[in-house]
Amino acid sequence: MVIGFLALLLCQLAGELLVVWLELPVPGAVVGMLILLSLLAIRGEAPASVRQAGEGLLSILPLFLVPAGVGLMLHFQLIAANWWSILLALLGSTLITMLVVGVLMKCSALNPGEQGETHER
Amino acid sequence: MSAKPLLESPLLWITLTLAVFCLAVWINRKAGRSPFLHPVLVSLSIIILILLWLEVPYQTYFSGAQFLHFMMGPAIVALAIPLYDNRQRVRRLLLPVLSATLTGAVTAAVSAVVIGYLSGADRVLMLTLAPKSVTSPIAIGIAEKIGAEPSLAAGLVLITGALSCLFAPFVFRLLRLNDHAARGFTLGVSGHAMGTAYAFEYSALAGAFGGLAMGLAGAFTAFFLPVLLPLLDWLPG
Repeated sequence: MVIGFLALLLCQLAGELLVVWLELPVPGAVVGMLILLSLLAIRGEAPASVRQAGEGLLSILPLFLVPAGVGLMLHFQLIAANWWSILLALLGSTLITMLVVGVLMKCSALNPGEQGETHER
Repeated sequence: MSAKPLLESPLLWITLTLAVFCLAVWINRKAGRSPFLHPVLVSLSIIILILLWLEVPYQTYFSGAQFLHFMMGPAIVALAIPLYDNRQRVRRLLLPVLSATLTGAVTAAVSAVVIGYLSGADRVLMLTLAPKSVTSPIAIGIAEKIGAEPSLAAGLVLITGALSCLFAPFVFRLLRLNDHAARGFTLGVSGHAMGTAYAFEYSALAGAFGGLAMGLAGAFTAFFLPVLLPLLDWLPG
């Protein structure tokens, strides 16, 4: 468990370092995710400790979003001044995105009858 | 006055956040898991009210709660695990999955920015709208990178997730999209973790594809948004 958590932190640290060295505009943790994905692919399995630490974190991920979300209180004026624009953008864009992806799915190989192995969650 | 050191210690704010989150999970369950009473939305509303009532500035709260915020980093890294678990499916359906993720992620960001622009949003607001379909931890990371407002971005992400769940039955009926993998994927691209949670209610297959779509779309968006941003300067006005 501790080793698994250490592995996650090391991947993130490596990601952050790459972002600084290569001046990438991407969040370091996303690069860390790609590093972990490559390591898992090379190893051919997810070690139990990494799975335990990772799935533990993912199961309470919403909790970690709260501190940043509370920061909304700093933006009441921005929201009040732009609520119409924000509402329109969110409603319109969400509908357009779902229709576009839905149509692509409809035309793609993801057709009825496609069966995959069941997910482990 | 004697409580002042307590206000400056992380203990109070982490305890408050956990307690309110537990309450919010309970409320959400009582409300039949409505996406509009998502635990994160409920938690942040309650905590904001408490802070306003106690006249505690956000900075004081965050100086303690940042330890929870920090855990988001390793959690993003951990998203590699469900992605890895789905590798066979991805390999089999590489072309449709990649093209749908790319198109969906670009559509989500560009349509939000364009509608924002047309309805009079300023530059910071347009930047903040751009990552709205990306799972919140990645969206917050992107917002910090591109000079948007991270906490507003997180809020918009949550609302987008709720809207995606709300639109899902209508969109699926309109397109006669009955396959669970396709439904889950559509929900994941548009509604990230909240869409994925909703997809799990169709089936485990739908949920797995939702999680896959969320991870891929998040990673793609993190890479292409900073590249597309200079285009904003071409917009008239």
